[in-house]
Amino acid sequence: MSVEAREARQPWILLAPALSAVTLLLFVPLVFIVVYSFWLRSATGADLPGFHLDNWREALTDRFYRDILISTLRIAAITTLVCALMGYPAAYFIARSRGNKMILLLLLMLPFWISYIIRTMSWINILGVSGALNTLLLGIGVISEPLNMLYNEATVILGLVHFLLPFMVLNVFVSLDGIDTNLEDAANSLGATRWQAFLQVTLPLSLPGLAAGGLLCFVLGAGTYITPLVLGGPRDAMFANLVFEAIITQLNWPLGSALSLMLLVVLGVLVMIYNRYLGMAQLMKGLG
Amino acid sequence: MTRKIDNTTRYERLRERYMNGGLERRQFLGLLGAAGAAYGLVTPYRALAQTVSQVRFDGWGGVVSEALRENAFDPFTAKTGIEVVDGTFGGADEYLSRIKASQPGEFNIAHLSGVFDYARYHNLGLSSELNEDNIPNLKFVIPKLTEVFRKVTNGTLSCVPYDYGTTGLAYNRAYISDAEMQEKGARILIDEAHKGKIGGWSDWRTRMWYAALQTDQDPNGITDEEAAWDAVRQHRDLALKYWNSGAELMSLLAEEEIHVTEGWSGRIFALQEQGHDIGYMDPPNGFGWQECMFVIKGSPMEACEELLNFMLAPETAIAVAEGQNYPPALDPQQIDLGAKIPTLPAFDPSGTLDGLTFADPAYWNGREADWSKTFGRVQKGY
Repeated sequence: MSVEAREARQPWILLAPALSAVTLLLFVPLVFIVVYSFWLRSATGADLPGFHLDNWREALTDRFYRDILISTLRIAAITTLVCALMGYPAAYFIARSRGNKMILLLLLMLPFWISYIIRTMSWINILGVSGALNTLLLGIGVISEPLNMLYNEATVILGLVHFLLPFMVLNVFVSLDGIDTNLEDAANSLGATRWQAFLQVTLPLSLPGLAAGGLLCFVLGAGTYITPLVLGGPRDAMFANLVFEAIITQLNWPLGSALSLMLLVVLGVLVMIYNRYLGMAQLMKGLG
Repeated sequence: MTRKIDNTTRYERLRERYMNGGLERRQFLGLLGAAGAAYGLVTPYRALAQTVSQVRFDGWGGVVSEALRENAFDPFTAKTGIEVVDGTFGGADEYLSRIKASQPGEFNIAHLSGVFDYARYHNLGLSSELNEDNIPNLKFVIPKLTEVFRKVTNGTLSCVPYDYGTTGLAYNRAYISDAEMQEKGARILIDEAHKGKIGGWSDWRTRMWYAALQTDQDPNGITDEEAAWDAVRQHRDLALKYWNSGAELMSLLAEEEIHVTEGWSGRIFALQEQGHDIGYMDPPNGFGWQECMFVIKGSPMEACEELLNFMLAPETAIAVAEGQNYPPALDPQQIDLGAKIPTLPAFDPSGTLDGLTFADPAYWNGREADWSKTFGRVQKGY
């Protein structure tokens, strides 16, 4: 074999394990889901193979699905905004702290050691009628009756922020940490106040990290179903709950497949827009 | 002396030969492919060929699973050496999805609720045929409970009846008096006075059953469907939370997040045992159900039958019933059920169960596709 041919094959050999994993674990299941979405569910719950557009017609034309999708995107957007507002100062503090950065990052990662479901359920013990917050407020006489704080959209957003905030902080931190602090000093020496230096130098340079964190929070938030299930009230379902119900409760895998593909396409378009304007490199840095 | 080598060692030796140039690449990959294909083909059938060392059981979790583990599974393992691996589910619908996605034989015995579930699983081709000679303790079971299952599966059985109970009204006596419950009955779940303190199971059957009671209809023959859905909507607007499991039901009542909900008789009895002042009432035409141990097609039948027989032995069944707080399927006319069981909610000392209203499997399964989907929408504000 010639040297050129061997060199041409080498990248493919090196990529083979990753490509195989992606093909087997992502592409093949995705193909199954696409095929399933064209099948039908019989009255007994059995699947009827074939090529039918009924599920897609229903998913795309029924107002119910559109409304829940919009509501899901709205909740994900609010969650992302709250994460950005809370996560940026935290990331800034970590990036600018001296000496104890690793400890702070470790603290940030600590919640990941506890199951996401347990973290979500912990809010029941905090916000419940006989939870920590009501007990405290009753104890110090601020309220005379326990407040109903659980099982509404606000608690769903709170649970999502709790889950997603570390993703935002890490991405912004990576971005801020890569900015040369001399730039701020240079701005100060040229007459800018600290606030002006932050607004005109640091913030613009850290925007890719903020955008990467925002994308992650939005995509993960829009795809969750545990949080609304545990912390939501009767009307607080998100789109992933519809997929869950179609597949698990109604045993309608074909419709569930069409709905999950619909969510995948919406979120995929968002990722493509992000990639078009900001590139995926920043996201990879944050995840790394 | 020959030594048995494992697959990893075999692969490493093969790889070493290849690396040393003793094997061509094409030959090496061919052998690997053949080994992989052979392993893939053989794996699903290995379970059939092996001696049965374990049986998989899935049930409702919480106090029910604890009672089964302590009083039935552990003693069974000690006696036979067959391990019982137990899992939990939140409902039969959810469990059905898991079976659908599994290999035959992966799931063996399920604690199904209601004849409608039995019929549904049978219609999906998941039923097996029990050899009743291997389950002599079946003779202690209330005959009426066995007959309804036989009708579904043409005289044979794919399950043994195990216990029964009701989904009645559970209420916190600190906020709702017994007199108010008697007066309002099922309508208390759509009473504005308790807005924000009402709960309900996120199960379409239960919601429609109670909607039928709230609109003075026969649950097994709803004539004004729209009125029933309106009642479901009314309940949704007043409810704080739909609960998804027995554990969540108990937590919501115990923590006083909700004051009234429908609830499973055994779970409410467990709360009462824990000292919570929770009342329980079966309204007229309240939801009665019988649970069974259903053996799924493809399971190791003899081991499953042995386990079922062990579970139906009066001493085991009574101990489990006392632990899970649901009366056993044993006939009280034949067996002395002890002191506690007669005090459990839904217990029928006559063994005829005439006082309970059960869901008609044909009626409910015939509406399952439409009503479960409609409930999914109504639940979310539609």
